[in-house]
Amino acid sequence: MRNEKYLDSFGRPLVAVTGVGLVTSLGLGKDINWRQLMAGSSGIHAISRFPTETLNTRIGGTVEFLQSENNDTQTVTRALAFAAADEALAECGFPADQFGGPLFLAAPPVELEWPQRLALAANRTVEKETTYKSLLDAARTMEPIAYFEATQFASIADAMADRYGTTGVPITLSTACASGATAIQLGVEAIRRGETTRALAVGADGSTTAEALIRFSLLSALSTQNEFPQKASRPFSKNRSGFVMSEGAAALVLETLESAVDRGAEIYGLVLGCGDKADDFHRTRTSPDGGPAIAAVRAALSDAGLDETGIDYVNAHGTSTPENDKMEYLALSTVFGQAISAIPVSSNKSMIGHTLSAAGAVEAVISLLSLKNGMLPPTINYDEPDPAIPLDVVPNVARKAAIRTVLSNSFGFGGQNTCLVLGRNPL
Amino acid sequence: MPFDVVITGVGLISSIGVGADAHVLALCSPNPEPVFDTERHKPLTVHAVPDIDFSLQIPKREQRQMELWQKLGVYGAGLALDQANIKGNEDLCKTMDMVVAAGGGERDLDVDAEIIARVASGQNAGDVINSVLTNELRPTLFLAQLSNLLAGNISIVHKVTGSSRTFMGEESAGVSAVKSTISRIRHGQSTHALVGGSYNGQDADMLLNLELAALLKQDGWEPLWGRTGKSGIITGSAAAFLVLEERGHAEARGAKILASIGDVEEGRVKRDDHAGEKISEMMAKACGTVLPDMIVSGASGAPDALSLEKHIIGRFETATVRAFSTLTGYLREPQFVFGVCLAALALSHGTSFSPLDETEDSSVGAPQTVLAQTIGIFRGEGAVMLRKA
Repeated sequence: MRNEKYLDSFGRPLVAVTGVGLVTSLGLGKDINWRQLMAGSSGIHAISRFPTETLNTRIGGTVEFLQSENNDTQTVTRALAFAAADEALAECGFPADQFGGPLFLAAPPVELEWPQRLALAANRTVEKETTYKSLLDAARTMEPIAYFEATQFASIADAMADRYGTTGVPITLSTACASGATAIQLGVEAIRRGETTRALAVGADGSTTAEALIRFSLLSALSTQNEFPQKASRPFSKNRSGFVMSEGAAALVLETLESAVDRGAEIYGLVLGCGDKADDFHRTRTSPDGGPAIAAVRAALSDAGLDETGIDYVNAHGTSTPENDKMEYLALSTVFGQAISAIPVSSNKSMIGHTLSAAGAVEAVISLLSLKNGMLPPTINYDEPDPAIPLDVVPNVARKAAIRTVLSNSFGFGGQNTCLVLGRNPL
Repeated sequence: MPFDVVITGVGLISSIGVGADAHVLALCSPNPEPVFDTERHKPLTVHAVPDIDFSLQIPKREQRQMELWQKLGVYGAGLALDQANIKGNEDLCKTMDMVVAAGGGERDLDVDAEIIARVASGQNAGDVINSVLTNELRPTLFLAQLSNLLAGNISIVHKVTGSSRTFMGEESAGVSAVKSTISRIRHGQSTHALVGGSYNGQDADMLLNLELAALLKQDGWEPLWGRTGKSGIITGSAAAFLVLEERGHAEARGAKILASIGDVEEGRVKRDDHAGEKISEMMAKACGTVLPDMIVSGASGAPDALSLEKHIIGRFETATVRAFSTLTGYLREPQFVFGVCLAALALSHGTSFSPLDETEDSSVGAPQTVLAQTIGIFRGEGAVMLRKA
């Protein structure tokens, strides 16, 4: 007979978090990030990694302190993923090279990038030929295996599996800007199926290249408030004008509560519920009635065995785009009704920007720190409230609050909606 | 008690045809003939897809937002949903889970060529990249490239919205997609799901990706098992989708069950001297106590993996072996799913297909058990046993 205090209301094993790692533009490690978040600091700055003079958006939350020779997506993402996982594994108590559970990695898509493409072109055999034929010929002559590896989507997770001794074949996934939350959800599902007692969920994104920035720019998704970078991300404000592209990573060691208690591990909190729902409305826009986002929130609540009275705080997706923040308010006010005015809702992205594939994991870690420390990070740059979004956004200053549960929202292009419910350590 | 997982829909597109029936017909013809193109990317060979009237599955206005990779995938998903009798059933679609195995989408090759030409003429690379991309890229192209947008398009076109996840990572993405979906159904976390992927193997940038490791065959088509030398890959364009379902769920709605499917065994075996032994063990585990009547091999043609494959398959003396990539080409992410689809069709049609080259044994008739397996070019292996429904 299993001890019921380790099971949820559905009789499934409760899932605890026993190690976390965090890297954002605010710094390396959860301690410095937490201090900066509590101080309401912004990590957004002018981009120096590539020339930006002619671009509409010249700011970002790039991570510059993990310097390497190359700044391609694969290299930066890899460095971020390892930094976050190193931190989480160092404290969780499992051997850092024999973790013994599966790995779920949320990461951006990779492809051959411009420095490598141009290096191939420079090696073309026929001077006048500048089409793909020339690149194919040059590739055959050069056989640049390092370039090949940089285009392999499985590469980072494979290296992590080797270093950390995770079990099975690691899963690298994308649900766009919800990816980090999906990585956690996959880990929770595996534990609930009884396949493992622990899992490592990581979200990492180091995709701020000129081309990626331009692609988001062309979709009119990015803030162009270049003059005051730290003021550019202003979720829920009337004058919000787009998101700020950022880099970061977070890692979470997920483990049955029973195993965590048996080992005497430090417990950050619980993952009580996960919910996802796809949208069929449009590639970048959400259903006007907010239906899928509402369904995702409700699915997460129901998976956690809670109703709409069960949430004390919302860590919002809050991208600072006109559409997301409006839609997110619609979803929250529909699910929680009048009560939403009394639930604090803040956006970490006001300080760290949008860490894309990593965001769901980054914000889950910040939610767990909020639960553990009894403090809510603020939404900064909230100088001009949007009257259409009457939320308590924890404006500008961190707040003390002994919360029991957090709803963490993640919504992404391609109709992706994933929500997590995190809870305080019950013991 | 774990649930039984069955296959109720198969959607296939490749150079040899469009749809499950076309594939069975082609594979059962006395001498299956490959369809390939040696001109388009000379000296490379590709298995391009036949002309497809995409409007049969995808409204015109939606097609304009997609490149070939996504169109193939959305079409293939539609075929699987059709066969499972789920398409258009709002209740079933909105509760259906989806896992797509995907890499990236197509680039704008003309824009890339313009950047290369201008940098070659001496202009500053950073400036050229910024100005050409800003001024020439179609804004919506990004959405034809993002890995998760194949799933996004399937949601939009076919209204599959229960959940949507995209796995990345070459061959392993396809193996993990099937494995994860089966596990969810087996444990009651899902009742019915769409799983699969597509690949544009006739696009110059996709070819470039493989040619960075000099993998592409330079001297025309030849049957897969006969390929020697370093560069044994001929790519194909394809889609492969499965509808996986909990047996009770399928029976309750009167769906035709094509095959039942076991648990996927997967590996990440270091390709050293022990690789053959370890992968053999993995395949044996997938088989359980029964030797398969037939093996659908996902051999890619890459030489190291091919010799491993020969060694391992040689241990299954009694099985009829069919390596479909001889005809379809190498399909990367959907490679494993394609093999599972063919295994299901072999069982449901009671055929072990014709030999696909002169080294493959002649048919032994209707198989009761079929093993589908894939060994990735450099990493990732998967195997699963299917049984007659």
